Amino acid sequence: MSIPKFIKLTTTAVPLPIENVDTDQIIPARFLKAVERKGFGDNLFRDWRYDEQNVPVATFPLNDPRFSGDILVAAKNFGCGSSREHAAWAIFDYGFRVVVSSFFADIFKNNALNNGLLPIQVSEDFLQRVFAAIEADPAAQFEVDLQNQTLTIVSTGEQTSFEIDGYKKECLLNGYDDVDYLMSIRPEIEAYESAHRA
Amino acid sequence: MGKTLFDKVWDAHVVKSLDGGRSVLYIDRHYIHEVTSPVAFGGLKRRGVKVARPQNTTGTPDHNVPTINQHLPVAEEQSRRQLESFEQNCREHGIECFTLGSPRHGVVHIVGPEQGITQPGMTIVCGDSHTSTHGAFGAVAFGIGTSEVEMVFASQCILQPKPKTMRITVNGKRGKGVTAKDIILYIISQISASGGTGHFIEFAGETIRDLSMEERMTVCNMSIECGARGGMIAPDETTFRYVCGRNRAPQGDDFDRAVERWKELYSDPDAQFDKEYTFDAADIEPMITYGTNPGMGIGITGRVPSEEGLSGSDRISFRKALEYMDFKSGEPMIGKKIDYVFLGSCTNGRIEDFRQFAWAVRGHKKADHVTAWLVPGSKAVEAQARAEGLDKILAEAGFELRQPGCSACLAMNADKIPAGKYSVSTSNRNFEGRQGPGARTLLAGPLVAAAAAITGMIADPREVFNL
Repeated sequence: MSIPKFIKLTTTAVPLPIENVDTDQIIPARFLKAVERKGFGDNLFRDWRYDEQNVPVATFPLNDPRFSGDILVAAKNFGCGSSREHAAWAIFDYGFRVVVSSFFADIFKNNALNNGLLPIQVSEDFLQRVFAAIEADPAAQFEVDLQNQTLTIVSTGEQTSFEIDGYKKECLLNGYDDVDYLMSIRPEIEAYESAHRA
Repeated sequence: MGKTLFDKVWDAHVVKSLDGGRSVLYIDRHYIHEVTSPVAFGGLKRRGVKVARPQNTTGTPDHNVPTINQHLPVAEEQSRRQLESFEQNCREHGIECFTLGSPRHGVVHIVGPEQGITQPGMTIVCGDSHTSTHGAFGAVAFGIGTSEVEMVFASQCILQPKPKTMRITVNGKRGKGVTAKDIILYIISQISASGGTGHFIEFAGETIRDLSMEERMTVCNMSIECGARGGMIAPDETTFRYVCGRNRAPQGDDFDRAVERWKELYSDPDAQFDKEYTFDAADIEPMITYGTNPGMGIGITGRVPSEEGLSGSDRISFRKALEYMDFKSGEPMIGKKIDYVFLGSCTNGRIEDFRQFAWAVRGHKKADHVTAWLVPGSKAVEAQARAEGLDKILAEAGFELRQPGCSACLAMNADKIPAGKYSVSTSNRNFEGRQGPGARTLLAGPLVAAAAAITGMIADPREVFNL
């Protein structure tokens, strides 16, 4: 089996200048009752996107017609809290392929990478420049190049590189799936078991 | 150079190391529940494979179970389907499952230790961030996502980058009325909700050594709330006494041999940590949170902080939090009216928490306007509370016990705090809407919760109960 590939992307971005966005905000617990992985995007940021009467909150960036694109840009410590992978599924299902922040919570970062959603960690300074570029022009384009590990603000040419571990990079570029890999090394796992767990 | 406790356990479980820093880590125990496992079971089905090591896997439904009338069919259809599908999946793959209402049922992080399944030196994962609880035994235990649940199902291994190490030392004797929950809320308030990110914490020092096993679980449980992958405490006589004789612990000579191995699980004196913090127990008073992340905590006698010194998105987020809570900078916490009290969760749902709460409220009466939900972490905790007569003490004070489950900690079942209401909660997260859309959560330990339930407001338990 394979995960969605990620190679290169040029797109606009949606700003979410809020810190410590936790996975309960990304997808509230009451939407975790499904036993299949589909439709979570409808409830992405549910309680920020809609008021109690289910009316879209006009000021929330996802409802602001000025903003669109495949990149979500958020302030530091994005994805903290619960380990629910539904958070990564909801963001991907909504249509985002990249999340940019100055800091990601560990479990969320792993979950994103396992689903073809690329978390790009940039410096606080560069993050502010990204926010400024969107504010100046919501149609501003950004280029993400995974092979070269760069994020570029196309209008200004400002560029930053980002880190990703080599194994996960290969997985994303090729759509490799960890489960396939782990099943392929079963003899090594069994050898470990007989040596250590007997 | 010596090794840290974390290094010793982690290194012993590395099957192989990959280029780029990831390890194939062998998992000794995999706990599963109904919410984060279905899609992983679905993945196995598509691949046409079975769970590789069902005997190393334990299931219990907890997140989405009702906490009243558990003998009746679950009313809400989607929840019922999720629970049925969980039991069905466990049966199909030969996984033991502590089903709803059975004597071993309960919150996954409560029943694992209770049954003696959690033991020192193990690697333990679960699709739940509070898996860090099991670190109290000197296990490397951490939460994982559903893709990773599928990896463990298929191979009993996981691919993980090795975290950095951090040691948090708390020195001295704690003051009256200061619970384990207050200690960990204090630590998080000092290092922030993201201060531990990328790290695995070892909690150490006299204050930590003096904690009971259940208190240690409370501390390790909330490691994730400062962003850490997990938290652990070196096993000692307290640990061995707790594990000894439990259902699934090694018995007789096997136990003695296990203890000899477990005694090697400590950080060598010359071990280096990537980061170190030291705190003094004397600085810790009963804690309460005022904001919308667990790092926004203060001593109960404190005032809501000001935004002075904050700028940019820090300031925006701080304002957003106070606005959500409807608090103003400079206001004292004591005296604020509250509406709900929740005692329970994998943080504070153990028998010692119920004893503490019950003995505190003994001879008092619950404030009329307060709704209190007291939810034991497991059937065993519930049974023990009844055996000790805690249910009677509680009933006299106007409280009743519910049935086990995660309940209002995440409000996935019917136990939701209404919008705008204030809830003093012994759970682990005060995020916006965590306890129900619009609910306002104030995190605290069982004694602060008891004081709030009696007075109907935020109150200092040291004064209310003459501690």
